[in-house]
Amino acid sequence: MQKPVDNRAWFLVAPVFLLVAFNALLPLMTVVNYSVQDTFGNNQFFWNGVQWYAELLNPDSEFGGRFYAALGRSFAYSGVILALEVPIGLMVALSMPKRGAKLAACLVLMALPLLLPWNVVGIIWQLYARDNIGLFGWTVNAIGIPFNYTNNAVASWIVVVLMDVWHWTSLIALLCYAGLKSIPDAYYQAARIDGASRWLVFRRIELPKLQRVLTIGILLRFMDSFMIYTEPFVVTGGGPGNYTTFLSIDLVKIALGQFDLGKAGAMSIVYTLITLSLCWLFYTAITTRDSREIAG
Amino acid sequence: MILRRFTILFYLAFLILPLYWLLNLSFKTTFEITTTMTLFPVAPTLRNYVYIFTNPQWFGGLLFSIGYVVLNTIISITVALPAAYAFSRYRFLGDKHLFFWLLSNRMAPAAIFALPYFNLYSAVGLFDSIWAVALAHCIFNVPLAVWILEGFMSGVPREIDETAFLDGYSLPSFFVRVYVPLIASGIGVAAFFCFMFSWVELLLARTLTNNRAIPAIMTQAISATGIDWGLLAAAGVLTSIPGALVIWFVRNHIARGFALGRV
Repeated sequence: MQKPVDNRAWFLVAPVFLLVAFNALLPLMTVVNYSVQDTFGNNQFFWNGVQWYAELLNPDSEFGGRFYAALGRSFAYSGVILALEVPIGLMVALSMPKRGAKLAACLVLMALPLLLPWNVVGIIWQLYARDNIGLFGWTVNAIGIPFNYTNNAVASWIVVVLMDVWHWTSLIALLCYAGLKSIPDAYYQAARIDGASRWLVFRRIELPKLQRVLTIGILLRFMDSFMIYTEPFVVTGGGPGNYTTFLSIDLVKIALGQFDLGKAGAMSIVYTLITLSLCWLFYTAITTRDSREIAG
Repeated sequence: MILRRFTILFYLAFLILPLYWLLNLSFKTTFEITTTMTLFPVAPTLRNYVYIFTNPQWFGGLLFSIGYVVLNTIISITVALPAAYAFSRYRFLGDKHLFFWLLSNRMAPAAIFALPYFNLYSAVGLFDSIWAVALAHCIFNVPLAVWILEGFMSGVPREIDETAFLDGYSLPSFFVRVYVPLIASGIGVAAFFCFMFSWVELLLARTLTNNRAIPAIMTQAISATGIDWGLLAAAGVLTSIPGALVIWFVRNHIARGFALGRV
């Protein structure tokens, strides 16, 4: 059924529009303003045109090289995160107990990391992974593998990746579990009568039903890991060297650390445009599939 | 069957171990933490917890954080309800673009907004109040609430609206007396997610206050003389409790809640 056209509906969305515009458009204008100016301090700004952007997008300049390196690290991090969390989350969702106290215990335990403040997640992993006081770091060292994330790039990546898997896999698992619960028993009975294998049941019944929640889960996980700041900052502070300096960490360093407003502004705008276009890709993927479902 | 049980047990162990370690360290003195490695406290002490509970700044920080989280949840749900209704029931000029723009704000990196927010909220005189953080967190919670509520509302047949209007309800009275009770579970789910994302966010909460939010106070455990590991662990345990309480209260609704009304 088609929805009726009524432009008075704008009155209903006006509060949301004003609130989000106050929070999003005003600050964004400030950022644009910074990004085209330079300052020698004392609140005196002068016009700088697109110089900051030119420098940012030129991989040979110092600033540009730094930006591309951080961007690459952010993409690599999001890629690793998705490659680990989606399959593990799916597997966990498929293995959940069917009912009873065990199920409740699983759900509560799995939801717990999602409700921890992000700096606490960082603190937990710092305490857990340090080689001198942490169970994880100490154990790895005890079995003879040198592991110190404060001075080894590989170790620091292992810690920040494991931390995110610990923190967020449950979100994918819970989304998938909710999706699985919505599949009517009749589907499984029909599959049993047809003598379908476990794999076929997964491929032909469960996966199509999960497609929607999986897209949502992947979207949320991709975006949140792409803008991750607090957790790696607490654990590694972006180090050793710059090995875990992701885009957000670098941006905050430039904006609030060095107070380099022009550079930070230009970087913010480019960063926003990248997330916006990625977000648009996911959004069209979701909406076109929905309209196809309605049409079919 | 064995594989499934193994997967779940392995995953749960992976989740529990770091939490257990946090709890374990919180009952040790920093001296014990740095000198010995034991799976449980050899000389259990409540020193870390006593320090936190006798420090008024700490309790104030906790109240402050809960204050902005609750305020943000109320604001987000209140403004999101009519908007979600509009999106689920009507087509209007620019609706699709508006919806996408809203969602894109949920995805905007908080790091971009840290500095401009500091300027903006200082300029309007809200810096260092719960209002500043509550309003700032609206940027990601309002779009999320609209999106979740829209999913639940689209599940309610439109015939209900039409019947109510024929019965002579005006839009506001229909909304409050008929519609809101119908989607109560959806409001619960949206409120849960708003609470969750406002409670766990740190960057904006820290930028917009003068070290008053609970996460910022925790950095006090890191001083010039080194890190007080035991105190840090105890602080971590205490900050985990509100989240654990919330989960305990909604434990029977988790599965349905994560379906977001959209599965």
